[in-house]
Amino acid sequence: MTETPLIGGAFQAPVDSRLAGARIGVVTFPGTLDDRDAVRAVRLSGATAVELWHADTALADVDAVIIPGGFSYGDYLRAGAISRFAPLMAQIIDAANSDAKLPVLGICNGFQILTEAHLLPGSMIKNDHLKFLCRDQVLRVENNATAWTNAYAAGQDITVPLKNQDGQYIADEKTLDALEAEGRVAFRYVGRNPNGSRRNIAGISNAAGNVVGLMPHPEHAVETGYGPAHTGTDGLGFITSVLNTLLGDK
Amino acid sequence: MPRIVVDVMLKPEILDPQGKAIVGALPRLGFTAFPSVRQGKRFELFVDGEVTEEILAQARQAAETMLSNPVIEDVVNIEVVAD
Repeated sequence: MTETPLIGGAFQAPVDSRLAGARIGVVTFPGTLDDRDAVRAVRLSGATAVELWHADTALADVDAVIIPGGFSYGDYLRAGAISRFAPLMAQIIDAANSDAKLPVLGICNGFQILTEAHLLPGSMIKNDHLKFLCRDQVLRVENNATAWTNAYAAGQDITVPLKNQDGQYIADEKTLDALEAEGRVAFRYVGRNPNGSRRNIAGISNAAGNVVGLMPHPEHAVETGYGPAHTGTDGLGFITSVLNTLLGDK
Repeated sequence: MPRIVVDVMLKPEILDPQGKAIVGALPRLGFTAFPSVRQGKRFELFVDGEVTEEILAQARQAAETMLSNPVIEDVVNIEVVAD
């Protein structure tokens, strides 16, 4: 791609039939906010974005799924608790646990939905300082062997936006020890811990590495001119990674 | 209409940021007798007609699978209130 398109403007994604053959679904729940950005991130990478609705009962032949951020069902009951029982979630849970190991990425509220669905361990509670926090956040890629992180170098620092109120990751000590021992801490906060998350954990994966969840927002750091510090596109690596996984390059 | 009351609390070992904010504000109103506050949730499940064992069992299951998250919360009370 030679020129950066304007947000909301027409843009020409790189034309590559191999990439375009990868169908990445983005799920919208009532109250989802960041589905359009996630769809755009997929399209900018050259893959085909498939818009999915929470009440759908079939996965529309997608090769991977992104559960984007927002406030599904207004965070009522607990963040992600009601969305977790959406009809489409039953399909996603089955496909993620199947031999096909459907790659699933949960961002922010999507991460909360994945923990409520027990695809990922632990849970999120209110930030320790009780405030909504929005800032650019440096993350360290701790595990670059997952379906969504293989385009990064292990130990690489990336900067993406962070914005949430219920972002404090917690799990019991036994679970945390197991996550560390199995290399399932995918991302850690660098610098000041923004929300009290245990062991500075920003994102984790399941044992197979096909399901990844994180609180910060890679889909907001995919276009020069609009990402962190106006130039950051560190978030694109998530999509590149899953395309590597789907197309068998890694 | 009879109802089933379900009380859910954060597990004791989990820090309750909301409770901490409340306990910080209480002394400003002169309430100085409470060194600690924990905030929980109360649900009222209304029932048409009699609360049978089967309906109570459903309420228990709903409490464990949806109304609470066992990773961070305990169901501390389930009781039938007949008005």
